[in-house]
Amino acid sequence: MKIGVPKEVLPGENRVAMTPESAGMLQKLGYDCMIEKGAGVAAGFSDKDYRDAGVEIAKTAASLWKDADIIAKVRIPTETELKRLTKDKTLITFFNPGGNEEGLELAKSKGATVIAMEMVPRISRAQKMDALSSMANIAGYRAVIEAGNNFGRFFTGQVTAAGKVPPAKVLVVGAGVAGLAAIGTSTSLGAITYAFDVRPEVAEQVESMGAEFVYLDFEEEQEDGASTGGYAAVSSPEFREAQLAKFRELAPEMDIVITTALIPNREAPKLWLEDMVKAMKPGSVIVDLAAEKGGNVEGTVMDEKIVTDNGVTIVGYTDFPSRMATQSSTLYANNIRHMMTDLTPEKDGKINVNMEDDVIRGSTVTHAGEITFPPPPPKVQAIAAQKKAEPPKELTPEEKKAQELAAFQKQTKNQVTLIAIGAVLLLGVGLVAPASFMQHFIVFVLAVFVGFQVIWNVSHSLHTPLMAITNAISSIIILGALMQIGSGSFLVVLLAALSIFMAGINIFGGFLVTRRMLAMFQKS
Amino acid sequence: MEFGFTTAAYVVAAVLFILALGGLSGQESAKRAVWYGIVGMTLAVFATLIGPGAGLWLLSLVLIAAGGVIGYMVAMRVQMTEMPQLVAAMHSLVGLAAVFVGFNAHFEMKYVADLMASAPTSLNEVGMAAWVHEQELGTFAQLISHKTAVELNILKVELFLGIFIGAVTFTGSVIAYGKLAGKVTSAAQKLPGGHVLNATAAAISVIALIWYFNTAGFLPLIIMTAMALFIGYHLIMGIGGADMPVVVSMLNSYSGWAAAAIGFSLGNDLLIVTGALVGSSGAILSYIMCVAMNRSFISVILGGFGGPAGEQMEIEGEQKPIDAEGVANALKEADSVVIVPGYGMAVAQAQGAVSDLTSKLRAQGKNVRFAIHPVAGRLPGHMNVLLAEAKVPYDIVLEMEEINDDFPDTDVVIVIGSNDIVNPAAQEDPNSPIAGMPVLEVWKAKQVFVSKRGQGTGYSGIENPLFYKDNTLMFYGDAKDSVSSLLPLIG
Repeated sequence: MKIGVPKEVLPGENRVAMTPESAGMLQKLGYDCMIEKGAGVAAGFSDKDYRDAGVEIAKTAASLWKDADIIAKVRIPTETELKRLTKDKTLITFFNPGGNEEGLELAKSKGATVIAMEMVPRISRAQKMDALSSMANIAGYRAVIEAGNNFGRFFTGQVTAAGKVPPAKVLVVGAGVAGLAAIGTSTSLGAITYAFDVRPEVAEQVESMGAEFVYLDFEEEQEDGASTGGYAAVSSPEFREAQLAKFRELAPEMDIVITTALIPNREAPKLWLEDMVKAMKPGSVIVDLAAEKGGNVEGTVMDEKIVTDNGVTIVGYTDFPSRMATQSSTLYANNIRHMMTDLTPEKDGKINVNMEDDVIRGSTVTHAGEITFPPPPPKVQAIAAQKKAEPPKELTPEEKKAQELAAFQKQTKNQVTLIAIGAVLLLGVGLVAPASFMQHFIVFVLAVFVGFQVIWNVSHSLHTPLMAITNAISSIIILGALMQIGSGSFLVVLLAALSIFMAGINIFGGFLVTRRMLAMFQKS
Repeated sequence: MEFGFTTAAYVVAAVLFILALGGLSGQESAKRAVWYGIVGMTLAVFATLIGPGAGLWLLSLVLIAAGGVIGYMVAMRVQMTEMPQLVAAMHSLVGLAAVFVGFNAHFEMKYVADLMASAPTSLNEVGMAAWVHEQELGTFAQLISHKTAVELNILKVELFLGIFIGAVTFTGSVIAYGKLAGKVTSAAQKLPGGHVLNATAAAISVIALIWYFNTAGFLPLIIMTAMALFIGYHLIMGIGGADMPVVVSMLNSYSGWAAAAIGFSLGNDLLIVTGALVGSSGAILSYIMCVAMNRSFISVILGGFGGPAGEQMEIEGEQKPIDAEGVANALKEADSVVIVPGYGMAVAQAQGAVSDLTSKLRAQGKNVRFAIHPVAGRLPGHMNVLLAEAKVPYDIVLEMEEINDDFPDTDVVIVIGSNDIVNPAAQEDPNSPIAGMPVLEVWKAKQVFVSKRGQGTGYSGIENPLFYKDNTLMFYGDAKDSVSSLLPLIG
């Protein structure tokens, strides 16, 4: 079968759904590849590159849509494009099925299979085709770069001969994929980065990226992200108030604010209100990554950059991935390629839309003349639900003292009991055993005691040498044999001789191998 | 006079042995400590040779020298990866020697008993002593001849115990050697009947003890020895490969107790002291290993993991493979790297390649460290010795407690041939068979690479959720080849 990639028709869209590299991979799956003339130019891939990779170049979009069995593209298809579909064609693209009813109807009437890339379920197995994540990653990175572009100072603090420069303070609201990417970029540029998210379980991820998580002083239990497929859920009004109060407190300090808060299938929540924008210093920058869904910031204008009266720049671009078309095309093409791998289990160049497969079922929105959106919930949950960790109780000094005392008493009790039992046993033995035995017995008990005291101090890493040396030392049994060899019958001499011989092996072997091992331990 | 010298030498030797073990608390002092041990042993042997009762000292010296030559050759030739086998083999020698010495003690006792029976009844106490002296008995026999009936009974029990422990140690160590050297299957195997067989054998031994106690015949001794040999064989056959650290240290302990028991029967304090030192050392090692696996000593010895306590947590996702180039790139970008070696590294003999990798990364100014779980490998401290052999400096080789808190700040963790000791199920899944076992928390690092031969589970047969985590990538292949293939890629 043939996979075709048309040139994106939306003005300003630079991405392309296939790269020469991904074409090579698709060919390995048994597909022929085809691309519209000039489709990759804006993303930095020339027609020659494609031709070298064995990709056929289609002169016009019409001929491509006609020849290809599978069409992969980036943006939501236009009506013209959808009309070109037929019964046996498959379209893989971003589709926005939730808000694109006409599109769904049209695709259904054509009988074509449409796979919507944003519907890929968020489970580990499907991560490699999760285009939302790969695009969000780029958006997060680019948001920081755009912010830096509009920000008049350094990110990192410096002390130079010409004066001291304070580090920039960056707040990232929403620690999803884009948020985490923004946090990573911002910290690596040297800014002091703070991050907030309504899902408390991401605090660890935030901190692992080197940012500081902004905790709210709020009692209510937050819903775990696991129940909503890893996305944030709508929060209660009280929680929202607490959140806004915290932002209000932070606003005057922050130089750059990047908002990425989105709730699936909803308008973006307004989190950065007008008064917070007003409270910010002149020259500060806000990048609103939620601009497409109405924006998190009051005053965001979609697709534009505005400067408020108090000199705060608000960036409302929605085309961050397209601004880095080479990178985003490479990742998107890989997502498509992985999707095709899953769709081609036999690697025979034949597409197989297996509606039993969670990933394929979830992302297929029309198939065989039916609208299959919304999909049933996936059979497996995306993320294992987090167990509520019991917070360690703060102990008052008295309680602590009481606990320590109890522990001490318990220890004492244990020790006294052990000593008492030992003493009773010893006395018991002493009552029946003759004095000559008791002499040796005391030596034995003391030796065991000394042994325990000494061995506890042996370093962990030297346990193997310890075993080798105790081995050598336990050959002390040779003394017994030496004392016996001189007396008695032939049999006694023979057995004693054998024992001496074996112990001899052990003594030399044990000590030498210990020495050899210890000599190897070297300090750097 | 002579006797006084021997005793004095024994005291010095005992002190030297204690110092030798105590010196192992640090790598530098350990190098000195070995010499204490050697001097102590030389002194003890020398004092015994010139002391009372020893005869045939020329033969003795020749035998020691012959044994020494073999010991020397073995010690110099052995590969560090074969250390567990060697230790087990040496334990078996001590065990066998203990059995022989115990038998000898029995023969002498018998001889003296016959002799005393034939003594003229008319003699008074002084005359008796003179008569005994005339019989030219050895020290040990003389000692026996002075014993009262109660003392003789105690002697029998001591002797019996010494032989029993020695015999168990002998076959146990031989099987442990076979398992470690791959000559016997390392899977846990039991004869039909399982532990009932062991219990029966132990019961027969107890009966034999009573019999021996009453008759002092050779037959019960032989029966008991056979039973003990069987117990040693069967007990260790039933224990799987990864429990070997416990087994080897347990056998270490037994060889000590055997020496101590023989020391009791010979009335030799140095044997008792040394045996007790070795015995307690082995016992502590076993204890440490058991704690590291969160299992009771009994459950290790009885073999096998218990069944899961309930529904185990299901594992979500898939194992994502990566090639050498990917690993190399991640390593190039990392500032801090932690390597977690396991038995797989020893099997693949990859320690040299790992060491080369370490020095290359360190030369680039990266912080490279090793994390060693107490039960990694087949012998307590096995990994430390392997890394030391490969010239990895010991100050970057850290214990579990020392490094576990550092994982969240670590960029890259490379797990080489270990499985259960990095299994997060121990902490996350209360129903897992290894729940509660202390593990290395590698999954908290930013990126984990697992070098592994295939997709199989570890020794315990437990799925490892680590391999399915988002930040884990699987680097399949033989550990040595895998690590070597990284070397040219890291500039």
